[in-house]
Amino acid sequence: MYSEKVMDHFMNPRNVGEIEDAAGVGEVGNAKCGDIMRIYLDVEGDIIKDVKFKTFGCGAAVATSSMVTEMVKGKTIEEALKITNKSVADALDGLPPAKMHCSNLAADALHEAIKNYQEKMQNA
Amino acid sequence: MRRVYLDHSATTPVDPEVAELMMTYYTEKYGNPSSVHSFGRETKAALENARESVANLMNAEPTEITFTSGGTEADNLAIFGVAEAYSKKGKHIITSAVEHNAVIDTCEFLAKNGYELTILPVDEEGFISVDDVAKAIRPDTILITIMHANNEVGTIQPIAEIGKIAKEKDVIFHVDAVQSFGKIPVDVKAMNVDLMTVSSHKIYGPKGVGALYIRRGVRVIPRVHGGGQERKRRSGTENTPGIIGFGKACELAAQRMAQDAEREAALRDKLLEGIMERIDYVKLNGPRGENRLPGNLNVSIQFIEGEALLLSLDLMGIAASSGSACTSGSLDPSHVLLAMGLSHEIAHGSLRFSFGRQNTEEDVDYVLEQLPKIVERLRMMSPLYDQVKHSKTQKANAL
Repeated sequence: MYSEKVMDHFMNPRNVGEIEDAAGVGEVGNAKCGDIMRIYLDVEGDIIKDVKFKTFGCGAAVATSSMVTEMVKGKTIEEALKITNKSVADALDGLPPAKMHCSNLAADALHEAIKNYQEKMQNA
Repeated sequence: MRRVYLDHSATTPVDPEVAELMMTYYTEKYGNPSSVHSFGRETKAALENARESVANLMNAEPTEITFTSGGTEADNLAIFGVAEAYSKKGKHIITSAVEHNAVIDTCEFLAKNGYELTILPVDEEGFISVDDVAKAIRPDTILITIMHANNEVGTIQPIAEIGKIAKEKDVIFHVDAVQSFGKIPVDVKAMNVDLMTVSSHKIYGPKGVGALYIRRGVRVIPRVHGGGQERKRRSGTENTPGIIGFGKACELAAQRMAQDAEREAALRDKLLEGIMERIDYVKLNGPRGENRLPGNLNVSIQFIEGEALLLSLDLMGIAASSGSACTSGSLDPSHVLLAMGLSHEIAHGSLRFSFGRQNTEEDVDYVLEQLPKIVERLRMMSPLYDQVKHSKTQKANAL
């Protein structure tokens, strides 16, 4: 049901964890529907220097979270904003149709984290 | 890698003795039981012998058994059949919130087509209250349909007590016994049951075979019309190898039921105790003791999601199931667990292990070796577990 890439990212997730005093934190989903994704960003200049995630959810939720962290590391904020849920799914060689809407939220979590970072910068 | 199958409530392997017997009826004794010649007659005799074996295991008469393509068709035949036959008396049906979809969806279909439905709640262990059943009965109630044992949490309903009330009030009583038949004693007379659904592939028989017990005198309008097989209740050439296999599976179940139940309950209890010792924040779903199916265990492992657990277990060769939304094919987790009052979060983290004849102590040891590692790994990733860990450290610091 899942691609090899999904299973690889599920079993060996990249960048699991938290960043203390992160530049931006984004969270989407809720426990009621079975998926929560939280993404932490460390930003230097305009570059995403480090990124970590914590996810509660199914195999697809974990794999998409892991994939988005790989895709965004070292990228500029502008580049990161171009990543979509669909491009994350594509990078994983696709997801089962039922998973496309419910567990494919990693790019949303990333965008929330960027938004949080930008708000902090404005207030600073 | 070791492979451990703990999903016997989903299906069981066919017993080799059953498979061997069935093969004869595919390749050698292939006659149509409706034919007058010797080929037909020998199959007919075996078919009637199977009918007797199924009837014996529930204390029914062979003429009261109608073979179907499985439990789902038997449930549909019972519910639609009674609804249509008794619609002049009334259009009210009583069921429960924890039924299998073969019952719930059939009842809901009727509710959209002029029938009225009362769905009874369950308590936190999954039990229906007999009082609730009695109170729900109205003059226009034509059918009560309640399962014997629940497929997810193993709760065994007070069928005999409900049957007594149904009989007193003259309401037809259908029982879906797919999970209990062949595993615990079932007696249609003692339980005052009018219709009962059973299935072959849950008890080491082949898939694609089931039966509906229809008490003599109860009217059921057929769903499948044609050649008039099965006393006109279910037309179509009988699946003779399957039915004969089902009959054999019933004979074996009759011999083995007591010892299987004792063994499986012991393995189940060992697994439960082991999980409770090794993993914190675990909740048992369903009751303890006699009113639970011997081979059923259902636990919720907090802060992680069921499908992630199943995938991880599968990679270690362990087959189980879950009530999480991801495995139910909908956005909501198991309707059974929600009806028992579990929160969505806890229901998403549910895990069902169902034991069978081939399971051993070593299987349990293997699960107990693997599961804690899997839970630890998934919890490390879970933002929900963070909060608990933090509050734990705070508590420890405060002490």
